[in-house]
Amino acid sequence: MTWRSRSSLWIATFAAGGLFALGLGSDARSDAPSSVPLGLPAVPIPADNPQTPDKIALGKKLFEDVRFSSTGKVSCATCHAAEKAFTDGPLVTSKGINDLRGTRNAPTVLNAAYFSTQFWDGRSPSLEDQSQHPFVNPVEMGLPNHDPILAIVRTDKDYVAAFGKVFGKSGNAITMKEVMQAIASFERTQISGNSPFDRFYFAGDAKALTAAQKRGFDVFLNKGRCVSCHVIEQTTALFTDHRFHNIGVGITKIQKDVPELATAFLKTRATLAEVDAKVLSDKRTSELGRLAVTRSFDDIGSFKTPTLRNVALTAPYMHDGSLKTLKLVVEHYNNGGITTPKERINDFVSGGIRPLKLTPAEINDLVAFLEALTSPEVAKATKAKGR
Amino acid sequence: MSRFNLNRRGFLKASAAAIAAGAVPMSMVEVAFADAAKNFTFAYISDAHIQQIKGTQFVNNWDRGLIRAVAETNLLDPKPDFVFFGGDLAQLGNKAELDHGAEMLSALKQKTYYVMGEHDYYLDLGEYWSKLFGPQYYSFDHKGVHFVVLNSILTYDDWTFKRWPTPEQRMLEMAGLDNPNGSPFMVGDKQRAWLKADLDKVAKSTPLIVFSHSPLQKLYKGWNFWTEDAEQVQALLKPFAKATVLYGHVHQIQYNQIGNITFHSVMATAWPWPYPQTYAQAQHAMPKLTIPINRADPFFERDATGWQFIDVDSGKIAATYQLYNNTSRKVLFNPKTGQPEDTQYQEPAKRIPPQEHY
Repeated sequence: MTWRSRSSLWIATFAAGGLFALGLGSDARSDAPSSVPLGLPAVPIPADNPQTPDKIALGKKLFEDVRFSSTGKVSCATCHAAEKAFTDGPLVTSKGINDLRGTRNAPTVLNAAYFSTQFWDGRSPSLEDQSQHPFVNPVEMGLPNHDPILAIVRTDKDYVAAFGKVFGKSGNAITMKEVMQAIASFERTQISGNSPFDRFYFAGDAKALTAAQKRGFDVFLNKGRCVSCHVIEQTTALFTDHRFHNIGVGITKIQKDVPELATAFLKTRATLAEVDAKVLSDKRTSELGRLAVTRSFDDIGSFKTPTLRNVALTAPYMHDGSLKTLKLVVEHYNNGGITTPKERINDFVSGGIRPLKLTPAEINDLVAFLEALTSPEVAKATKAKGR
Repeated sequence: MSRFNLNRRGFLKASAAAIAAGAVPMSMVEVAFADAAKNFTFAYISDAHIQQIKGTQFVNNWDRGLIRAVAETNLLDPKPDFVFFGGDLAQLGNKAELDHGAEMLSALKQKTYYVMGEHDYYLDLGEYWSKLFGPQYYSFDHKGVHFVVLNSILTYDDWTFKRWPTPEQRMLEMAGLDNPNGSPFMVGDKQRAWLKADLDKVAKSTPLIVFSHSPLQKLYKGWNFWTEDAEQVQALLKPFAKATVLYGHVHQIQYNQIGNITFHSVMATAWPWPYPQTYAQAQHAMPKLTIPINRADPFFERDATGWQFIDVDSGKIAATYQLYNNTSRKVLFNPKTGQPEDTQYQEPAKRIPPQEHY
C-alpha cells in the first residue's frame, strides 16, 4: 500500500487533533481567574484540600524544616531551594542525608501544581502523595518511617498552634494526611508565568521577544518539533504533555543491560515503596524509567516531559542531570536522541525522536527562545541570592 | 475440551488481569490456560515497510518501528519458541530494503519464519526475498501443532507477466490503494494443490495454524483485504477441528470466525490503517465493524502500530497486541461463544472511538 495515501490520511487526522487541542484551550481560559499569571491556566485544587493563607504558611514551614530528616540537616528545601528556582543546581543529582547521592536531578517545584503525575517517572499521582516519600527514602531524608515527623508536629508549640488553626486538630488526630495537605498547599502557590514569551504570545507585545527568540520560537513550533511534547495551548502554556517518553537519555548508557535489568525487575513484585527506594539508589535500575511504575515495555527508559518554564535557571538538565547546558540539550535532540553522534540510538526510543537537521544558527535561536521562558520574579529571586 | 481450550474461568481471569494491568505483562499470559505444559508461545512481527530514500538513507520512522518490535520481542519472558515475520518487510521490494530489513530482523534471538508480502514480491517476483529467507510456502510441525505458511499475494499471470512495461511499475501498481489497475491477491492453483497434499497427511484432530500475508477471507477488495480464492482455501481447512489463520497486510486488529476457522490479523510496525470506508471501483458491502481500532494519536508516530505475542493453547491462539502509546489488547478464543473475542473492548463504554478520516 502506498505511503502517499497514508500521508493524506495523516494530514486529516492531524487537523482533527488540532481542533481537539483548541477545545481544551478555551476551557482553560474560561476557568482562569484573573489572579493567575499571564500564560497559566487556573491551578487545579483538590476539593478536599482547599487553599487558605494559614495552611500555605504552615506548608512553607514544613517544607523548610530540617528536623524531618535522620540527620536533622535536610529539608524539602535543601533540594528544592527557592533561590535556585526550587532546584539544587548545579548539582547533577540530588544530595540527601550524609551527602548520599540520588540518581535523579531535582525537578523544580515551580508549576508542579499543574502536573498530572509527580516525580520523573510519575510514580506519584499528586503533590499530596508525593510529599511523603522523600522523608523515608534512604538516600533523601532517611527517616525509618513517618513517626518522627508526627512526634514533632504534635508537640512543637508553633506546629500545635498552626495545625489547630488550619485543621482544627491536635495530638494523635494530626496525621501525615494533614502534613501532606499543608505541604501541597504551599507548593500550589509556586506558580510562575508572565515570561517574555507569555507577553509576546498571549498579550501581543511584539517587542517582548528579541529577533533571535522569535526565530527560535519558529524552530520550536516547526523544524524542532519541540511543541509536540512541550505543549502550548491557545491561551495558556504548560510546555508539557503530561506524558512519558524515551528520549535516549540515561538509557543509552545502559542499553546493553536492558534485557537483564528489565527481566529482573519484572520478575520481582516490588511494592511502590521498594520501587521508590530502588530507583533512587540504583543508577542502572533508575534508567528503566517509567517501566518501574507501569511494568510495560512501552515505558522502557521513558520519563515525564518537564515544563520548560524557567528552564534557563534550572541547569543541569534531563532526569539524570547529564546535560550541563540548554545548547547540549538541543544538540541531543538534533542528533535524534543521542548526545554524541557515535552512540547507538536506543532501540526503545519514542516515536517522534529523530534527527532534526537544525543548523548551528537554528540551535542558537532555539536556545535563545528557551531563555525567554523565565518569569521575572523567579529571575529576581535567583539573582538576589547571587546565583 | 477444557484441557485443550481456554476455559471460561481462565478467560475471565485473563480479561480481569488485562484490564487491571493496562499493558499485559508477559508473565501473566500463562494463567489463562488450563494445561500449561502444552502451551507454547511465539511472537509475530509484521508489515515493517522498510523504505529506501536513496543510498543508505531509509525512512526513519519505519526503521524505528521494526527495531523496537525486535528489541521488545527479545525481552519476552518466558522466551517465545520462535518468531514470525508476516510480510511486507520492504516497501518497494528492492535489495537495499530487503537487506536493511533482514539486518534488523537478524537481531532476533529466536528462529524466525518469514511470510511473503506483496511489497516484497512484485519487483522481482520474490527472487531476492527467497535468496534471503528461503521457500515462499512451506509447512512444519511444532509441539503437536501443524503450521502452514502460504504465499497468498500472487495474482493472475496475465497481470503479473504481461501487463507492465517495467518491474518497477508493476510494483507501484500493486502497492496502490483503490487502484483500478490493481489485481486481487490469490493463493493460486499450484499452491492449493500443494496445500491439499500437505494437509492430506495430517490427522484432522491436529491443531492447524495457517499464515498468510493477505486475509484468507474477503473483506475489502479495493485495498486487497481480500484473497480471490479464499473459499477454496477455506474448504481445505474445513476438515480440521481446530484451524486458525493469522494474517498481516491490514495494519489493524481484525478477528473473525467462519465455521471452524478462526481468523486473527496482526498489527504493522510501520503505520496503522483505518477500517476501509472509501467507495472505489464498484459497490462493495463491508462486514459491519463491531469493535473498531483504538484511536490513534497522530502526534505519536508509533501509536497504533505494534507487534503480537501469541500464546498457542494447543491449537487456539491468544493474541496479545503490544501497542505503543496505546492500550495493549488481547484477543482470545472463547470456547463458550465459539469465536475470538477482544477481552477489553467488548463493552462499548470501554472503547475509544476511532477518528473519522475524510
